[in-house]
Amino acid sequence: MSRRVVITGMGWITPLGCGLDAAWGALLEGRSAIGAVTRYDTSTFATNFAAEVKGFRLSDFVSDPARLASCREAGLHAQYALAAAAMAWEESGLGTRNGEPLYAGLNARRVGVYLGAGEGCLDYPNFVATNLASWEACSRAVDARRWAEAALARMAMRRELEQEPNAALTHVASAFGCRGPAFNCMTACAASTQAVGEAFEMLRRGDADVMLAGGSHSMIHLLGMTGFIRLTAMSTRRDAPQTAARPFDQTRDGFVMGEGAGVLVLEALEHFERRMSGGSGRSGGRDARPTGPLAELVGYGSSADAFRITDMHPEGKGPASAMSRALRQAGIDPREPREGGRAPVDYVSAHGTGTSENDSIETRAIRQVFGAQARRLSVSSIKSMMGHLIQAAGAVELMTCVQAIRTGWVPPTMNLHRPDPECDLDYVPNRARDLNPTGGVEVCLSNSFGFGGQNDTLVVRRYRP
Amino acid sequence: MRRRVVITGVGAVSGFGVGLPALWSGLVEGRSALRRIGLFDASGFPWRLGAEATGFSARDHVPKHYRKAVKVMARDTELAVAAAGCAVADAGLVTRATAEDGAATTYPGERLGCQIGAGLIAAEVGELAAAFSTAVTGEGDGAWGGFDLRAWGTVKEAGGGGGMENLPPLWMLKYLPNMLACHVTILHGAEGPSNTITCSESSGLLSIGESVRVIERDDADACFSGGAESKLNPMGVLRIGLAGRLAETGDAEEGASIVRPFDRAATGTLLGEGGGVLILEERESARRRGARAYAEVAGFGASHSPERWCGMDGPPGAPIDGPDEGVRDAILNALDDAGIGAGEVDAIVVGGLGVAWVDSGEAGALREVFGDRLGGIELVTTKPAIGDSMAGEGALLAAVGAACVREQRLPARLHAGRPAEGLRAGRAASRGAELRHVLVCTPSLFGQVGAVVLRRAEWG
Repeated sequence: MSRRVVITGMGWITPLGCGLDAAWGALLEGRSAIGAVTRYDTSTFATNFAAEVKGFRLSDFVSDPARLASCREAGLHAQYALAAAAMAWEESGLGTRNGEPLYAGLNARRVGVYLGAGEGCLDYPNFVATNLASWEACSRAVDARRWAEAALARMAMRRELEQEPNAALTHVASAFGCRGPAFNCMTACAASTQAVGEAFEMLRRGDADVMLAGGSHSMIHLLGMTGFIRLTAMSTRRDAPQTAARPFDQTRDGFVMGEGAGVLVLEALEHFERRMSGGSGRSGGRDARPTGPLAELVGYGSSADAFRITDMHPEGKGPASAMSRALRQAGIDPREPREGGRAPVDYVSAHGTGTSENDSIETRAIRQVFGAQARRLSVSSIKSMMGHLIQAAGAVELMTCVQAIRTGWVPPTMNLHRPDPECDLDYVPNRARDLNPTGGVEVCLSNSFGFGGQNDTLVVRRYRP
Repeated sequence: MRRRVVITGVGAVSGFGVGLPALWSGLVEGRSALRRIGLFDASGFPWRLGAEATGFSARDHVPKHYRKAVKVMARDTELAVAAAGCAVADAGLVTRATAEDGAATTYPGERLGCQIGAGLIAAEVGELAAAFSTAVTGEGDGAWGGFDLRAWGTVKEAGGGGGMENLPPLWMLKYLPNMLACHVTILHGAEGPSNTITCSESSGLLSIGESVRVIERDDADACFSGGAESKLNPMGVLRIGLAGRLAETGDAEEGASIVRPFDRAATGTLLGEGGGVLILEERESARRRGARAYAEVAGFGASHSPERWCGMDGPPGAPIDGPDEGVRDAILNALDDAGIGAGEVDAIVVGGLGVAWVDSGEAGALREVFGDRLGGIELVTTKPAIGDSMAGEGALLAAVGAACVREQRLPARLHAGRPAEGLRAGRAASRGAELRHVLVCTPSLFGQVGAVVLRRAEWG
């Protein structure tokens, strides 16, 4: 008999703000986080705008001086991950923001981490200079011997290793003393949805009692922007950056780069109940939230398009398979109304990147899975406001679903004025929607599809004892 | 009833070449593939030896229609694609890649998963330097070697010089870590659960663990599982060298005598290229189709070694005393999952990196788990033969473990020094051995650990 899994904490580091209140408020207001890139000079780039996290300081989230010192050379993505984890950890009532357990019954060997964190940003000045110093124009090749000498003179150990793809994971696991399973995955834009899904399966099976799960990423740097510009995947609406992210709109011309982190505390329900009954459960956090779980995770599906590295399958076969798998596990029949005649799920957080290809194929896949019920779903893409957080996107979008369940409100798809005929679902255009008059939000589905064809879907439901 | 998982195919690319037979015979005969790096001029580094998978191309391991795609594969991806091709042939699976026109595949696509671990793929410095050099102007930033961001952009009205257009449009796709798994899923039509785990040397073992769980919970009937990486490029050697893990080689021509597992006087390890892909299959389906099993994956465990990397100063995993608790706990979890005690393990395929303080943590963990019995358990070490292949490492170790169980044989052990007392890690010839349970486990650069228990497959 597999165990039930609940969400007991959430940490938000997003371009729309850090923390639940800032981020959620902005999402319901339909605010745009997109503006000119400030990190370096992109004035001549076809895409010179992005959604940056603003005013971030790790010390606002982590107070232990030793921990802060260990992050001296850490990349932004690792700092975002650590800050989001600290926020989630504190909310769960398991411990303080520095990772010290408040809950005395916590067994570190049963606490794990599964992140879909990205790689760190290159040490550009030294990396570029090293390449240029060893470039031989006449032979049009790098002199490897000179490259090595220049690199050894310029590049520093710690700065290099912080770029490895599991650096963020190691920072988080160390900060919280996690001794259970520790994984990091990189399935492009699907990574953090996948990380949450696999962490969910570990808890169901009993391989851990608590998992910190989510993702973090920042690709707002020279080669990150260059790579997507060369792929022509990003919007080039230089004259209107604020409204450049236009999922499902006829005028959409690509995604807008975002950055950030989303980390959740997932917990086996029996573990949560045990610590609550002991009276030393949730610390209360900063307000008097109800002491129950925030929501219950009930379905996860993973699939591969197995089609092409550059294109999605035109019928959306892979995305449809991921959704079907997740719904089956959740015990939801997508073709039938729920009790009381309601749609099978209340809210779909779409992958909705704003690329021409994704939005029409995702729509097709949703129709294929939900049949006649598809048009009854409220579907939206928060990427229209905070851009595409790449590997962190899925976790933040799942947290949005949790918040929809808790409040009965669903965020809008902004900048949707001329619907694409191929995108004919209800995308909650331009204004948040209050579903409380029709019974609130009970069940949500969150989609993430990665470049290369890996797809993941999660289903989350209001917690009921 | 828990669905059980067996290994029915093994594909390996290593310094010994392509295929498990090449790897196995190299190990059994006690050879070493560690020699001068020839893929690039490494003479500017103090670390000049490695184990290269020379003379191989993924072109030889894909159907004709897919050969063009090899151009957008990084070497890491080529390693994975070749290893997967070998594994499919070895398992006798019919997949999209091997099916004759219209013939049925062994499994429908949606029942075939793919978990292939990867590292951070380093972009080719030659290609980047060629592009960067077009954006050097009088106004460039001195700290960036004169590189001018404005000359890199393409918007002419804003003053852009278009430098980035010297990178091919698909440039980034070549270097995404998930491309290893994606190419394999496309080639073989694997439409089931798919993942790319990036945890240094543990990537392969964690992927195997995840594949086992995917099959166990009935989300697939078979999975491609493993990992691959090549750090034998300037950026890769630089990083691991800076990490303080590589042995300085001077002008030595061979590396077998340099890499000395569990030796207190060891001076470091060397890198190898490696890709390992295993076909894991649900036991009953494998048996029904008459597959031959190397071994059953009887148990899996994972853990993390806290604070071995995130120390304030010194190299990552700065030397700390005592046993590596992550290694210890991962092994205990795996034994528990397999339902066996430490006394039932007949051999251990270990990390045995040849970095003194890493090996000492690993040995300490083994002592805690196996106690006095440790001196009687054969350790299988591979680093003096094929080096450390990072994200390919765990899968290659599992491939070796699977071969040990099937052949009921231990490979030879190379060692030019003296391993710590109480460890069977010294020089030894290959020999036949009764092996019912073989444990595979390795520490990793960033502290993640996976452990796998392999059990002799008994079709009963």
